[in-house]
Amino acid sequence: MDNRIPAVKLTGISKRFGAVAANSNVNMEIYRGEILALLGENGSGKTTLMNMLSGIYFPDEGDIQIDGKPVTIASPRDAFDLGIGMVHQHFKLVDVLTAAENIVLGLDGKLDLKKATKKINEICDKYGFEVNPSQKIYDMSVSQKQTVEIVKVLYRGAEILILDEPTAVLTPQETEKLFNVLRKMRDDNKAIVIITHKMHEVESLSDRVAVLRKGEYIGDMMTKDTNAEEMTNMMVGRKVSLNIKRPEPVGVKDRIRVTNLTVRNEEGILKLDNVSFTARSGEILGIAGISGCGQKELLEAIAGLQVVESGSIEYIEDDGSAEQLIGKDPRKIRDMGVSLSFVPEDRLGMGLVGNMNLADNMMLRSFEKGGSPFTDRKAPYELAKSVVEELEVVTPGISTPVRRLSGGNVQKVLVGREIASAPKVLLTAYAVRGLDINSSYTIYDLINKQKQAGVAVIFVGEDLDVLMELSDRILVLCGGQVSGIVDGRKADRAQIGFMMTSTGGNNE
Amino acid sequence: MINFGLLIPKAVVQGIPLLYGSTGEILTEKSGNLNLGIPGVMYVGAISGVIGAFFYEQSLTKTGAAANGFLAVMIPMLCCLLGSLLMGLLYCFLTVTLRANQNVTGLAMTTFGVGFGNFFGGSLIKISGADVPSIALSTTSKYFSAGLPFAGKLGWFGKVFLSYGFLAYLAVLIAVFAAIILKKTRTGLHLRAVGENPATADSAGIGVTAYKYGATCIGCMIAGLGGLYYVMDYACGVWSNDAFGDRGWLAIALVIFTIWKPDISIFASILFGGLYILYLYIPTGMDHMELQQLYKMIPYVVTLIVLVITSMRNKRENQPPASLGLPYFREER
Repeated sequence: MDNRIPAVKLTGISKRFGAVAANSNVNMEIYRGEILALLGENGSGKTTLMNMLSGIYFPDEGDIQIDGKPVTIASPRDAFDLGIGMVHQHFKLVDVLTAAENIVLGLDGKLDLKKATKKINEICDKYGFEVNPSQKIYDMSVSQKQTVEIVKVLYRGAEILILDEPTAVLTPQETEKLFNVLRKMRDDNKAIVIITHKMHEVESLSDRVAVLRKGEYIGDMMTKDTNAEEMTNMMVGRKVSLNIKRPEPVGVKDRIRVTNLTVRNEEGILKLDNVSFTARSGEILGIAGISGCGQKELLEAIAGLQVVESGSIEYIEDDGSAEQLIGKDPRKIRDMGVSLSFVPEDRLGMGLVGNMNLADNMMLRSFEKGGSPFTDRKAPYELAKSVVEELEVVTPGISTPVRRLSGGNVQKVLVGREIASAPKVLLTAYAVRGLDINSSYTIYDLINKQKQAGVAVIFVGEDLDVLMELSDRILVLCGGQVSGIVDGRKADRAQIGFMMTSTGGNNE
Repeated sequence: MINFGLLIPKAVVQGIPLLYGSTGEILTEKSGNLNLGIPGVMYVGAISGVIGAFFYEQSLTKTGAAANGFLAVMIPMLCCLLGSLLMGLLYCFLTVTLRANQNVTGLAMTTFGVGFGNFFGGSLIKISGADVPSIALSTTSKYFSAGLPFAGKLGWFGKVFLSYGFLAYLAVLIAVFAAIILKKTRTGLHLRAVGENPATADSAGIGVTAYKYGATCIGCMIAGLGGLYYVMDYACGVWSNDAFGDRGWLAIALVIFTIWKPDISIFASILFGGLYILYLYIPTGMDHMELQQLYKMIPYVVTLIVLVITSMRNKRENQPPASLGLPYFREER
């Protein structure tokens, strides 16, 4: 099979950003009629490598061959002309334009949206997409935007398709739909590269996997000849165990008691409806639910950031005395030991300031400490250093602006800082969003350590399997209502899935 | 009672410089460049045109030749376009190529442009040896302010629609043309994409730098014509320092007022022109001079109200281009 001509052949590709080598001497081949999964930890240079194929970056060294012919890709336009199309992790769409306008953006010739619409509909019919060409992008859901991106690439006649973490923001159903489309494209003899961190997706979708580690090409193999454990070992470079520990909770005491909590958002839509539960110290309370079911509002209500319509949230001291949290200043709540680390879709939206460096971001939590009018810069610097060391953050230095780090590393900084404040209650949402498997396990370990130290952890997660392995109890939200609380050790996947979609799931 | 037959032509001639300025600034802002240097650019456009006209008139008096209509129009116009273009290039070089802060650059250019105008204005006054602090370029100005030939015969209709110099009609044409470009053509689509999201435009193969340079420089040249119109037509060829006043800022306010649409600007600029001189037509008497100043505030107050309304309705199409004022660098992470 190795006498096929590769659709793309990369030889000796290197790219540096300042002092950091994003890729060094990468040799890789991509074939038609095949789905290649590109694996690697966060910051291992997968996206950079693919950006060089799509003309966003220009390689410092190395050669690229397309269908056996050497080429130079100096701009995105060169990439289209060669039939390379990339769907970026952060969508490249103009919000105020319609789907059709976005799709024809950058092409030549007279602007004829009617003709374009017809062609878009043809593509949609062929692969089974649903796109309304005259809909504005800002009116679309994440999955619709992604569909527009894929149609855009196909519209330009792409033969080589690159998808950067396409499933990070999709629901399981949307993911399955996307995979069916990708399989159809593969059968259409297109070359497809997919970057993902989810091992079960790699196993179910890809034909071949290629692994990058710290910017270097480690190797490739057929998916059917390998398994998640081997792939992870290759990514990390040493043996990793893929089991999440779940230590038995000790010294369990009620810590946060939420009763009949009702919250409406700014538009007056009911986000939490009569929610009651108790979070206990030394225990992880997982929160499951389809995204947007009130998880964010729940955590923000506890942290004092969300206006509450009715109900009560009580913080219970060790001696049993309860204190009402509603109406308290968020800063006071934080000082009581309730710490919130929320990782939004864009990662930088909450908690970290992109233009500030690591030490300064640590200082956002500690700036008011100390009696002198001058800030203490030393302690945050030390803290930043220890977070970088303990969580293996890949960064050129402590004084690097956070926005220059890759997504996973940004998250490590955020979670690391929250944990460092030694909270009594740790609220975390999507802590592993977009993280590679090894970093995810580092975070799980950190959370477990907090639990063993007697912290009450509330963990909002996306991945049901992880929730079931990590949590002591799982609270399932459905449309803002609690559809049930189940024991994490006895939970059944199908049952939780059912509870996520219907509130009637708890009538046992 | 206010006489509209009289007020409208006055409002139009006040509005034309604003229309040039706002059309130029809309194109510029659509590319993501917030050019606060527009007032300076209009000054430079005006004085460049004046310099051209001045030396053309000087050469006429020296040789004793009669004025040639074509040259009398083309020389000041080309000088004006060249001067504004240089300002545009300067702005682009600083903000696009060197990625300097747009606000700082723009404000500096306004200060520079006004000073530039006054410096050369003063120099010309000195050369001409006039005993009043202004220069009159009546020979060339005549060609700029000539109305359509049958304007006088058609009563109020002729007065309201046909009595202006050719630069007034050109302003409307340019605004209509700009509106069509922005709305209907691929160039316009690409320009809007550059202003909204340059990274997206770049990855779609659009030359972001070229579009920013192009839109900003063309925008500056259009705005410069506004300055030229003011001196050569409205002021009948009389340049005196600082006479142009704050019209450049009004043009920038107009951009917000028209929610970035050149076709709306045609009417809005006339409205603003009318509001700008309204105080002259509302009798305030000598006892209440302070009221005049209140009337002069109206255009700005109206702009603020529009800002409040568009922000409240929060319709995405009516917001400023999303990346307005931000520099773009492809390999930034």
